[in-house]
Amino acid sequence: MRVRVGLLVFAAVVSGYAQASEFVPIPGGEFRSVIPEGEGDNRVAVADFAVQVAPVTNAEFLRFVLHHSEWQRGTAVSLFVDDQYLSTWAGPISLGPESSPHQPVTQVSWFAANAYCEWQNARLPSWYEWEFIAAANDSVPDARALPEWQQTILSWYSRSGGDRIDDVRSGPANYYEVHDTHGLVWEWVDDFNAFMVTGDNREQGGADQLQFCGAGAITMEEKENYAVLMRVAMLSALEARYTTRSLGFRCARQSEIEP
Amino acid sequence: MTRRKRTAGCALRAALILSLLNLSSAQSADDLSLPPNSVYNLQVSVEDQSGMITGLDRYQGNPVLITMFYTSCPHVCPMLVSTIKLTESKLSDEERASLRVLTISIDPERDTPEKMLDTFQRHGVDTSRWSMVRPQPDDLRTITGVFGVRYKQLPDGEFNHTARIVLLDRDGTQLASTEQIGRHDAAFLEAIKSSLL
Repeated sequence: MRVRVGLLVFAAVVSGYAQASEFVPIPGGEFRSVIPEGEGDNRVAVADFAVQVAPVTNAEFLRFVLHHSEWQRGTAVSLFVDDQYLSTWAGPISLGPESSPHQPVTQVSWFAANAYCEWQNARLPSWYEWEFIAAANDSVPDARALPEWQQTILSWYSRSGGDRIDDVRSGPANYYEVHDTHGLVWEWVDDFNAFMVTGDNREQGGADQLQFCGAGAITMEEKENYAVLMRVAMLSALEARYTTRSLGFRCARQSEIEP
Repeated sequence: MTRRKRTAGCALRAALILSLLNLSSAQSADDLSLPPNSVYNLQVSVEDQSGMITGLDRYQGNPVLITMFYTSCPHVCPMLVSTIKLTESKLSDEERASLRVLTISIDPERDTPEKMLDTFQRHGVDTSRWSMVRPQPDDLRTITGVFGVRYKQLPDGEFNHTARIVLLDRDGTQLASTEQIGRHDAAFLEAIKSSLL
């Protein structure tokens, strides 16, 4: 009997916290990306889409692994996760006192993030989609030229990696009603492995050029936009099974508004 | 970018789902003994140059060289095939007979079985030991993630991608890889020979 009551309490706690973060529609448009799509042209068209207003939380991810035991720590195969997967949690299906249900889940691999979004009938946002929503501040859709915008982000980068990660939505929503694009965690994107920055700008010529098939490697535009390039540099260093203490994700969908 | 291709991939998907129904029971029996880092833990279906649909594990039981490219690629991709052929030429007949080669298309929309077969015929590869397959478009990021290949589709339909050859052991565990193209990599060749013992 005690066990049953315990389970009920547990289920109530999980379902209470695990209101999956809602999706907001994002009207697409054209913008200048730090990653040009073609040579010399950094204007990128983003179609309408919808995105979760906040990163996926510990409680939300816990609900996922309760439904999908193959993604529990200790069960998930090492092809898809590294040995630090969900290591901030107390156990495979318990957060413990160190992890708040409202904190963004971190120590998750790209494979795990991708599986979570599929479970939500969603997907990870593309880099361009993420960059598009992350360009906003609280009043304009593209605040990237504003020194204050850049300064806010750079001051976050300079904070200690050992600091406790805040709960999601601690900060204000941006122009799109989206929270936490900066200042909380780094985020996986669907095409994280589309960046081929290493071996390009640093090592010109030689054997490294042969790594790239097609029209030559990507060069980054808008080099003054250091704040966003830091994201690119981080993503370009990741393998899909890696997890880190400050890397989480949110999901996206095709827009629910019919054109 | 891959998402834009969803609609076009539907026909392929429908065909694959039908064949998956037959595959899934056979695959799960194998999984019990798979090492946790085996790429055969990834259950996806792919279509080969003869139109046959299998999992990535078609060569399970043999050491396998894996590479990813697209058939319309002008420069480096043909060199990937010739690099593997060059590496194979350093093996004894007996060693070579045990080795398999699986090339995976990163352009499944355009790389039809006919095109993949044509590429193989042009390069004169031994289709009893080599195959080229195309995955479902939505599985491409996952597959490249597993093999550590980076790719990006360009507006003109071409791709940027890393040229990488990966060696799998008989159970699908990744033993070694090389990004040396156009010449044989001595350390990689040694790894292949050891895997064939």
